[in-house]
Amino acid sequence: MDVLKLDSGYDAAFVEAVMNESGQDPFACYQCGNCTAGCPYTFVYDLPVHQIMRLLQAGHKGRILQSHSLWLCATCESCTTRCPNNIDVARIMDVLRHMAGREGMITEKQVKQFNDSFLDSVKKHGRVFEFGTLVKYIARSGRFWSDADLGPKVMRKGKIAPRPHDIKGKDEVARIFHSVLGDGKK
Amino acid sequence: MSPELSYAYYPGCSGLSTSKDYEISTRAVCRALGIKLQEIPDWSCCGSTPAHTVDHVFSAALSARNLSLAEQMGSDTVITPCPSCLTNLKVAAHRMEQEPAFQQEVNRHLQEPCVNTVQVKSVLQALIQDLGPEAIAKQVEKPLSGLKIAPYYGCIMNRPPEVMDFDDPENPVAMDEILRGLGAEVLPYPLKVECCGASYGVARKDVVMQLSGKLLDLADSLGADAIATACPLCQMNLDLRQDQINAALKRSFRLPVFYYTQLMGLAFGLEEKDLLLNKLNVPAGPALAKMQQAAEAAAEQDAQTKEQ
Ligand code: SF4
Ligand code: SF4
Repeated sequence: MDVLKLDSGYDAAFVEAVMNESGQDPFACYQCGNCTAGCPYTFVYDLPVHQIMRLLQAGHKGRILQSHSLWLCATCESCTTRCPNNIDVARIMDVLRHMAGREGMITEKQVKQFNDSFLDSVKKHGRVFEFGTLVKYIARSGRFWSDADLGPKVMRKGKIAPRPHDIKGKDEVARIFHSVLGDGKK
Repeated sequence: MSPELSYAYYPGCSGLSTSKDYEISTRAVCRALGIKLQEIPDWSCCGSTPAHTVDHVFSAALSARNLSLAEQMGSDTVITPCPSCLTNLKVAAHRMEQEPAFQQEVNRHLQEPCVNTVQVKSVLQALIQDLGPEAIAKQVEKPLSGLKIAPYYGCIMNRPPEVMDFDDPENPVAMDEILRGLGAEVLPYPLKVECCGASYGVARKDVVMQLSGKLLDLADSLGADAIATACPLCQMNLDLRQDQINAALKRSFRLPVFYYTQLMGLAFGLEEKDLLLNKLNVPAGPALAKMQQAAEAAAEQDAQTKEQ
């Protein structure tokens, strides 16, 4: 594991922004490690979640926003539920991910591409069209589909709808996309 | 049975597609129990995980459109079978209640503002709290005696407790209670709320293989005949990806993964068209046959003891 150097590079504006956007006080964290102990994703994290909390206290923006952990957190709410100081850690993780996204620091491209494909479908139809999402993701990521074996299973059983369900209010939904996120930004 | 249970109903997108079996069995079970579900007209996607990973106002606005539609129906409670939809709807309602400025910001993006008057619950919560376990048990025609079930709730139905406000966040029991009422043997399953790998199946399949693999391994080593779940994503990871997990981890699990509503319907004596058991990837047949045999053996023994 990396030894964290915390003595330099405090970014006060960053810490304040995280506090404002999450409504949480990271300084309430006393590094007990409960969050990490219960986090099912620690095995794939480059920074365990309690270290992200420590780096946040130390204002190390760059190191945090570059981490893969932000894009692998599943918002399972284990950390939030188990933090003895009632910090909504999952919400902090979500806010850090928003910031990383806004700054274009996307360390798990495929995760982002999948999410974008999902949202494109919602924007277009008002509801997600799972089949279309998959097709779009495969095109976007340029990846060989590692789930090709599932295709026949899903098709044979009629487990995936072959056509989208467009709703009447789909323009209203698309307007939410434009109005909150602005055009083209996700 | 209370004859008046009626709710606004939010099916969620996967109910139209990959979790049609959950959707159909949920509706059938509610019908059998006299619960009226009024689908929210022209409901839209809650945005699921992808929306809240982008922006919280955005995610809340997608949910609030539906809450607003439920208000316009004159309904006071909306229920949904899907934990992911449930979380998004509840988080939006909770935060709008806590922060008036947030509600204002959300409403700026909606055609019809959300007053935030409807309560949001899971179908499971409505079944156990509003209807009650006795009314459910009374409906049982074919008890699931001898079927050993690992009850798996998934990570977000009960967490965080301040928002979800239902059952125990570490050891939920609502589904256990229902399954026991159906006559099944409910195993103590310590990973009830552990994450299955969520929506990473496509982008990071390796993660799902490990996390869902662990869940299958525990259920298997406890001697479960089947797993019961309340979540479309969990069901897909554990069932549809079970062969992939076997290949990745060099295991040979054959555990059927039911929606708890399918098991309710089965015990109520509903027909296949209401259960859609044929949609399961790992066939339910062997587990159900074993249950049948156990029931017959028990009946025979019963008859013998009576003769003596
Ligand atoms: S559980 Fe809370 S207090 Fe403990 S390390 Fe994690 S964030 Fe800090
Ligand atoms: S919410 Fe994210 S960081 Fe917290 S325990 Fe779950 S996966 Fe880990």
